[in-house]
Amino acid sequence: MLGFGVDRLQADINRLLTSLFHQGVLDEQFLQLQQLQDETSPTFVYDVINIYFDESEKLLRSLRLLLMDREFSDYKKIGLHLNQLVGSSSSIGARRVRNVCVAFRSASELNNRPGCLRGLEIVEHEYHYLKNMMHELFQLEQQRLLAAGVRYPM
Amino acid sequence: MVMAAEPQFHVLAVDDSLFDRKLIERLLQKASCQVTTVDSGYKALEFLGLREGVEINDPDAVSTSPVIHQEVEVNLIITDYCMPSMTGYDLLKEVKESSACKNIPVVIMSSENVPARISRCLEEGAEEFFLKPVRLADLNKLKPHMMKTKLKNQKLEEIETPSKVESGTVAAVVEPESEVEPKQIYLQVVQQEEQTVSNNKRKSVEEGLSTHRSRPRFEGITTAV
Repeated sequence: MLGFGVDRLQADINRLLTSLFHQGVLDEQFLQLQQLQDETSPTFVYDVINIYFDESEKLLRSLRLLLMDREFSDYKKIGLHLNQLVGSSSSIGARRVRNVCVAFRSASELNNRPGCLRGLEIVEHEYHYLKNMMHELFQLEQQRLLAAGVRYPM
Repeated sequence: MVMAAEPQFHVLAVDDSLFDRKLIERLLQKASCQVTTVDSGYKALEFLGLREGVEINDPDAVSTSPVIHQEVEVNLIITDYCMPSMTGYDLLKEVKESSACKNIPVVIMSSENVPARISRCLEEGAEEFFLKPVRLADLNKLKPHMMKTKLKNQKLEEIETPSKVESGTVAAVVEPESEVEPKQIYLQVVQQEEQTVSNNKRKSVEEGLSTHRSRPRFEGITTAV
């Protein structure tokens, strides 16, 4: 009886991950990240992805403020922000977010304001989708840990 | 005796992004390195003992501990390229121009693949240029570079205090449990030694490895940010 919860949850986690890989939301860099987690750093993935969320949201807010300004002209700054987003998204394996950031960056390099606005919308959309998926993943992991903890060796 | 888990190399990692620092720190720890992270080129220079005081453009910067001069052995510097005020390239130049630190291998990381940038860094003396995301396999490529400096430093030690060494072993310090392919490095060492060492010394290199090696000087370093 005790083992069932863990197996079911593990299956759910695997199914979710497979789906995310299949959709191209995540790529194999995410697996590299998981390999860095071990007993000496048991919450590494969770920690680093939360830092990613914090930093990304700051950048997205800044991008929105810049583009909403009627007198906006600082495309260079947009480029710099996007470089950061592209870099960090690649580093956690967030393939789709990375790709839409690259597209957004191209629009900024052409000083294309409507293109940038559209680009930002798409990035925000992909980012929030990723964030929701990650939260679901973390919740399942959390439940699995709890379920596994119930099993005390006698 | 040496514990298998004991870190062999001390790496100074420089990146202005907290996210990237967290990542590179974990990667280096996973590669069995001791890590110190700093968030700017200025702090890196301070740590290396190449600069006193506070970062010029940052009114809030607090100089952490007093400058540590050469008590802490740094076997490698790994730095991001794109950083505000002092780029990784600027840091590389400063390190290579300093007599105290020019032999420390420097590796540059960047999320952008700009060939001109890469060749400029390599020309300035960077050992490697890594495109982010950096992987464990990339870091394992660095072990030979770090081993070189360590051996050089230990050789200097041996030369300065020859009486300490019993059988005349010259700095051939390859730990049996080393993650680096010991045979390869060992052969490199032996080849280096062939130019300067007599046959007798070579024999003792083959015989007694870990018993005569000096302890690393940097135990207990905590990560500084």
